[in-house]
Amino acid sequence: MATELLMPALSPTMEEGTLAKWLVKEGDEVKSGDILAEIETDKATMEFEAVDEGIVGKILIAEGTEGVKVNTPIAVIGEEGEDMSTASAAPAAEEAPAAAAAAVPATAAAPVDFAPSDKSPDWPEGTEMKSMTVREALNEAMAEEMTRDEDVFLMGEEVGEYQGAYKISQGLLDKFGDKRVVDTPITEHGFAGIATGAAFGGLRPIVEFMTFNFAMQAIDQIINSAAKTLYMSGGQMGAPMVFRGPNGAAARVGAQHSQCYAAWYAQIPGLKVVMPYTAADAKGLMKTAIRDNNPVIFLENEILYGKSFDVPVMDDFTIPFGKARVAVEGDDVTIVSFGIGMTYAMEAAEKLAEEGISAEVIDLRTLRPIDYATVLESVQKTNRCITVEEGFPVGSIGNHIGATIMQEAFDYLDAPVINCAGKDVPMPYAANLERHALITTEEVIAAVKQVTYR
Amino acid sequence: MAAKKTSKKSNVSADELLAYYRDMLLIRRFEEKAGQLYGMGLIGGFCHLYIGQEAVVVGLESATKEGDKRITSYRDHGHMLACGMDPNGVMAELTGREGGYSKGKGGSMHMFSKEKHFYGGHGIVGAQVPLGAGLAFSDKYKGNDNVTFAYFGDGAANQGQIYETFNMAALWDLPVIFVIENNQYAMGTSQARSTSTPDLYTRGEAFGIKGEIVDGMDVLAVKEASEKAVAHCRAGKGPYVLEVKTYRYRGHSMSDPAKYRTRDEVQKMRDERDPIEQVRDMLLTGKHATEDDLKAIDKEIKGVVNESAEFAKESPEPDLSELWTDIYTDA
Ligand SMILES: Cc1ncc(C[n+]2csc(CCOP(=O)(O)OP(=O)(O)O)c2C)c(N)n1
Ligand SMILES: [Mg+2]
Repeated sequence: MATELLMPALSPTMEEGTLAKWLVKEGDEVKSGDILAEIETDKATMEFEAVDEGIVGKILIAEGTEGVKVNTPIAVIGEEGEDMSTASAAPAAEEAPAAAAAAVPATAAAPVDFAPSDKSPDWPEGTEMKSMTVREALNEAMAEEMTRDEDVFLMGEEVGEYQGAYKISQGLLDKFGDKRVVDTPITEHGFAGIATGAAFGGLRPIVEFMTFNFAMQAIDQIINSAAKTLYMSGGQMGAPMVFRGPNGAAARVGAQHSQCYAAWYAQIPGLKVVMPYTAADAKGLMKTAIRDNNPVIFLENEILYGKSFDVPVMDDFTIPFGKARVAVEGDDVTIVSFGIGMTYAMEAAEKLAEEGISAEVIDLRTLRPIDYATVLESVQKTNRCITVEEGFPVGSIGNHIGATIMQEAFDYLDAPVINCAGKDVPMPYAANLERHALITTEEVIAAVKQVTYR
Repeated sequence: MAAKKTSKKSNVSADELLAYYRDMLLIRRFEEKAGQLYGMGLIGGFCHLYIGQEAVVVGLESATKEGDKRITSYRDHGHMLACGMDPNGVMAELTGREGGYSKGKGGSMHMFSKEKHFYGGHGIVGAQVPLGAGLAFSDKYKGNDNVTFAYFGDGAANQGQIYETFNMAALWDLPVIFVIENNQYAMGTSQARSTSTPDLYTRGEAFGIKGEIVDGMDVLAVKEASEKAVAHCRAGKGPYVLEVKTYRYRGHSMSDPAKYRTRDEVQKMRDERDPIEQVRDMLLTGKHATEDDLKAIDKEIKGVVNESAEFAKESPEPDLSELWTDIYTDA
């Protein structure tokens, strides 16, 4: 049967092209792989090959013709002895279905659920409390979850025999053995990929980065492999795993070892991002992270590791993602922070109280999902908001919170939202410079006074 | 091509040969059809055809058993067909339709099948290699004897993460076969212009990983090498490297003007080394099949491929609500 040869699309963007040259003439016999013509696209001259054998019947578009639309019949190919003077026997070119008319949602973000915030307490009233460091809380959380689920294992540099570069995994090797506490070579990209593959294979890895600065070596695997596979596979497989380690500035370790990645990871659909401040949150959120069926970025902080907080003594204590904690209630201004930023927020709130300014301090705890409801309800009450974080100011979490408040609660605002963030400079080494590169409590206080017009 | 081991072509049954012929032909015809649909604008974006390389996956798959895993790059259609994935679902993914393996959300480079243990379909050159070692890690952890095939190209062989993976795979005795599909080009860069030493199968030596070079145009040679590598991995002896010398007839992707090699080079390979023609000759000269038998197979395959194209055109585009699904899965 005679078939029409159609002007091919030869690149992702080609809509039309020039039929530069025919390399066959009517009556020629061709077989699969023979070049039939040269076609100029927007990018290059391409050779157009036959995919079947047959005889060139009629050439419908002469060489040198410009602006030939994709899918226009350019020749007829048929079998020996066939009448190919017309192409009527050939099926009409099929139309690619028009892209569905853009019924695109009005906002780029998934529809936000502004149901009332969850005000339930994190643990029942009267629960026995125990003072514990953030380090101990994280260690306990991992040990409990490894006991609970055989498929959970820990992998990273110095996590086993050395007992952890920051001693978060202390004792775990003794408890669980080297099958489940795996010391890796210094090879972040490689072991992040291996752990992600192990998660595809049905395990639940916890990957410790000695610090998140080194996870930049592995960020391709975290984002392109761990975060996106569930979507790319149409829901067939994903990566139930935790990437954890200290994040942000420690003290005097210079530019390459002092960076906060909260905003980087919080940008990625498919990841969940946690950045706790207290030991109770570190424990409850770590247990939730390990049980979550999605890849979770768990951002710890070296300076907070040794800080003690009360942690509830419970058999199975977890904190859900997407539920912020109102650390201090107040009426005059909302201070939104997370992680080590809370240190400045809490100190500022205390000093402001002495001056008669009542600040409400919200600890976001998780940055993806974010508890917008708690923030918006607070802003509707205080009519003022500032954000506090140690990361760089451009494209920060505070920027996003500010934009969301502007969009959702503009009429409630009595002042613009101010973002307090780390300075827009690489981290300096000198003690005085470093202090100024980070946020200071004075800056937080000044921002509050600015929005409260005091 | 460099000197390499070819099979002795002994004791292979007619049925086996016919099965290889059929499997390779399915890939070839499927890819040709994909090329046509691309030309018609039904397939968009990047589309990397496997034509010429069919013997690699068909030979390697011949030594697998249920539960074995495979993972590869963006040039993945052949791998999917060879492990038994449904041509309809693969083609419909190429056209971005609801009936595709990823519901149209993955495309040519990103398809998966939990059922067939096919773990993608990855677009970042080299990234699938540690992922493959991770799959092998999970099998070892669970204590079964399954193996994983981690496929990558000659170009990918220069990515650092592959050597990070070699080291850990050897250190931990992971049951992973690293298959280097050396089709001699990485886009427009010939191996000679990218690689300081030509023998990629020796790249594991520094880590104590055994390597072997195989004629990837000869399905029987590939099968033999696969059996050996699989036996090594199943026995718990750790990873294995197979460099499979092959050739892609088509451009790197659909929009490749292919100015980096001569027409003659391609034609010579097609005329003299074609993997499908080689098996066809064996079938005919060995009197395992007649011309008519083979014609019947050709016709059957054409039917399967045409049906997949019809399915891929008829299947509707995904519902717009799919935009927001599969980003997270419930805990
Ligand atoms: C990290 C990365 N760099 C560059 C590219 C662009 N790219 C896609 S395929 C390719 C060539 C790879 O060649 P090879 O590994 O030999 O595989 P083949 O295409 O021959 O199968 C390049 C450079 C990419 N996808 N990922
Ligand atoms: Mg290549």
